Order: sequence, then C-alpha cells, then structure tokens
Amino acid sequence: MKPAYVTAAAAGLLSCPACALVSRPPAATTGIESPTARCPRCGAGVHARKPDSIARTWAFLLAAFVLYIPANVLPIMDTSSLFDAQQDTILSGVIYLWKSGSWGTALIVFIASVVTPLAKLLALTALLLSVHWKSAWRPHVRAQLYRAVSLVGRWSMLDIFVVTVLVALVQLQSVAVITAGPGAFAFGAVVVLTMLAAFSFDPRLIWDAAEATDD
Amino acid sequence: MLAARRMDNCRTRSLQRDAQTSIPKRNNAMPEAPLIACPECDLLQVETPLPPRRTACCRRCGVALYRSSSDSLDRALAFALAAVVLLVIANSLPIAGLEVTGQHTETTLWGAVQALYDQDRVAVAGLVFATTLFAPAVELALMLYMLVPLRLGRVPRHLSLAFRLAPLAHEWGLVDVFMLGVVVSLIKLGNLATVVPGIALWSFGVLILLLTAVGASFDAREFWLRAAANRAALDRAAGGTRERALEPAT
Ligand SMILES: [Zn+2]
Ligand SMILES: [Zn+2]
Repeated sequence: MKPAYVTAAAAGLLSCPACALVSRPPAATTGIESPTARCPRCGAGVHARKPDSIARTWAFLLAAFVLYIPANVLPIMDTSSLFDAQQDTILSGVIYLWKSGSWGTALIVFIASVVTPLAKLLALTALLLSVHWKSAWRPHVRAQLYRAVSLVGRWSMLDIFVVTVLVALVQLQSVAVITAGPGAFAFGAVVVLTMLAAFSFDPRLIWDAAEATDD
Repeated sequence: MLAARRMDNCRTRSLQRDAQTSIPKRNNAMPEAPLIACPECDLLQVETPLPPRRTACCRRCGVALYRSSSDSLDRALAFALAAVVLLVIANSLPIAGLEVTGQHTETTLWGAVQALYDQDRVAVAGLVFATTLFAPAVELALMLYMLVPLRLGRVPRHLSLAFRLAPLAHEWGLVDVFMLGVVVSLIKLGNLATVVPGIALWSFGVLILLLTAVGASFDAREFWLRAAANRAALDRAAGGTRERALEPAT
C-alpha cells in the first residue's frame, strides 16, 4: 500500500520560509502563486515554490561554470622574493603543500578548493536536469545530495582566506612579498555564485516531480 | 513498506531524532493540531509535543523539522552576549605573527582586509570583510535587538524584519572557514618562518562555538510564542489603564 502523502501546496496551503507557519493564502488572490502573499505572522513573502527557482539557479550556475576556468587557470597569489618571482594557482598551492610534506593540509585544501566546487557545480546541474525531466529517480538520494551541497559549499571559501592571511603577513620587504592575483577574484566569485545557486534551488521540486509520476 | 523503511531511517539517523509527526489523511477536515509543512519536501504533517531534547524529523525526507522547546531563547541571548565580547576581542588583537631574519609582522583581521584593499583587490577585500566581520556582527546585533526586549516583556518595533534577516546573516557568516584558512596559511608559512599564533586566533575559535550555540538554541516557534505572549500582556496592560482612566468619568 502506498502512503498518501499530502503536500502543503496540494492542500492549498503555504508555509513560511522564515517562521514555518502554515497559512491559507488570502481568498482574494487567485491561486496560490499570488506574488503578494505574505506570512500573517512574520511578513515574509510566502510562495508555494520559490519563484523562478529553476531559471535563477541555472543563471547562477552557468555564471559559476564560466568563471570556474579563470579561477583555476589564473594565479591567485604572486610571491616575489629577492631571487625570484612565483605565481601560484589553486592547484599549484596544493602541490606545494604536498611536496613540503604537509599531506593532511594538502588534502584538506584539495578537497575544499578543487573537489568541492566542481562536485557542487555537477551536483546542482544534475539536480536541475532531474527536475527538468520530471525524474522520479530516488528522491531521497537527491534530497540528500542537495543537503550535502548546501552544507559543504561554504568551505570552498578556504583558499580565499588562506590568501588573505598570507597577503597580510608576508610583507617582508627584504625577504618576500605576497600579493593576491586575479584568480582570487574569479575563485571567490565561483564560490559565491554556487552558494547563491544552492539557495535559489527549491528542493521541494524534487518531490513534486516524484509525486507527479507516482499518481 | 517503503514508508516503514523511511521512518526507520529517520529514527536511526540520530538518537535525538524521533519521528513524532503524523500525516493528515487525505480528504479529511483540517485537524485541530497545528500543521507543519516540511521545508524541503512540502509534506504536511501534524505537529505533536516532543519529550525534552528531541528533534522531530520529516516522515518522508527525514530533514529535522523542530525541536522540543525549552528555555532556549534565554540561552540564545546569553550566548549572543558572550559572542559580542569575543567578536570585539577577536577583531582587536592580532591573529598571527611572523618572524623571519629579525623582521616581525603581525596582522589583525581588519589589517588583512586592508592589505587586500591596498592591492586593488577591492572585491576580494569586500568578500572577506562581509563574511568574517560584517555578517557575524549583523547577526549578533539582530539577535540582541530581538531577544533583549523580548526578555524584558516588550516587543521590538521591527521584530519581523529582524527575524527574516538573521538567518541570512547567519548563512553568510564564514568565521569557521576563516579560522581553518588561518591554520592552513600558518602551516604553509611554518616551513619558511617562525609563526606565532595570536590571541585572536583562540578568540575566533571560541567565537565559532558561541555563534553555533546561538544558532542551535534559537527556536523560532518559541520565539513567536514569546512575542505573542508579550504582545497580549502589553495589550492587557494598555486596556487596563484605559479602563481605570475611564472609571472616574462614569
Ligand atoms: Zn512567517
Ligand atoms: Zn520532508
């Protein structure tokens, strides 16, 4: 026997994203997609589903994909010492750590800065495509994937902070000076854009598609 | 069959999480108990009281829905007050120092932001400032703005606005990531120079714990209950004085 799952949207109710109050949309408005519906308790805008969720997520995601290339190719850091000048990309920074024997740190930075952003981009793309094709494939797995993406995304900012501290500390005119490179901007933008993409995506769409094919 | 497995998942994911919610039957009249809709899958469920220190999670997708209420608002306020002190300390002392061939440099968080700014990395400087200084400060300010008057039996003017902005500030505060960034950069420099971890580094560690504690103990349901209770009490008091004022005239 299949359990009867009733969603708030199916029951004609709206739930507040800020305070979680479930309310009935005002009778005057037609349908529950009214753009003016506000939560009676806290006044936040309430929508059955985040407005234009898919279009917005795609926009942030595509921008992130485009910037992903300069973020990894351009140097995020320039080191100039008396003897030479050196430019570091994200990956060369990891390789440096690995070679200098800090394997644990190298691994942390590699996962945070290289694996996570790419995995996040691919995961969000997969989620968007699955919603677009109204896939009913394992909503639990996809819901968990979305949760993981939202949880882990912030840690990609790690390298930006590493560069920030290095830039501030290594200002030793007679030994070495570190400055931030153009890659830092691109990389920061990728992290912010993927965070925005994750916020714009509405996980309820996963279950909507799964439901539609169930009936 | 599937539903049973899912509920088991829900229970086994964490001992603290118990599925205490039930699903309203289709074609039924609206039940008396308050309804709650899952923020992740929109499933409607009936809210039921929980034993202390438990979390209810969604029957279908397993996400945490609500916790049993307690004195959480007072705890959130205490943590927020402590966090303000730590935020000030963490930002007024150097995070770390560096010593190479007799030269010594050290930096505060603000100094690091300024170094980026001076190198014309304005956007990156802005990003670091926004996520490590501005967002936590705003979050704590909003918490105090909401919780201090509520504690004193009043209701702040822009309660709803503050309530909606606080999670946003929480989401963009990346103090924990910054802390890891400092540690990684000190490890990087450790090969080349003598690094001296500053007092602010430890302060940031404590600040992270306090910010997490504020977020974890702030309970939205209890918050709105307290606001409603304060409002009702204030209305009663206002009504009472009006009646008394009218009495001599009649
Ligand atoms: Zn609300
Ligand atoms: Zn759910």
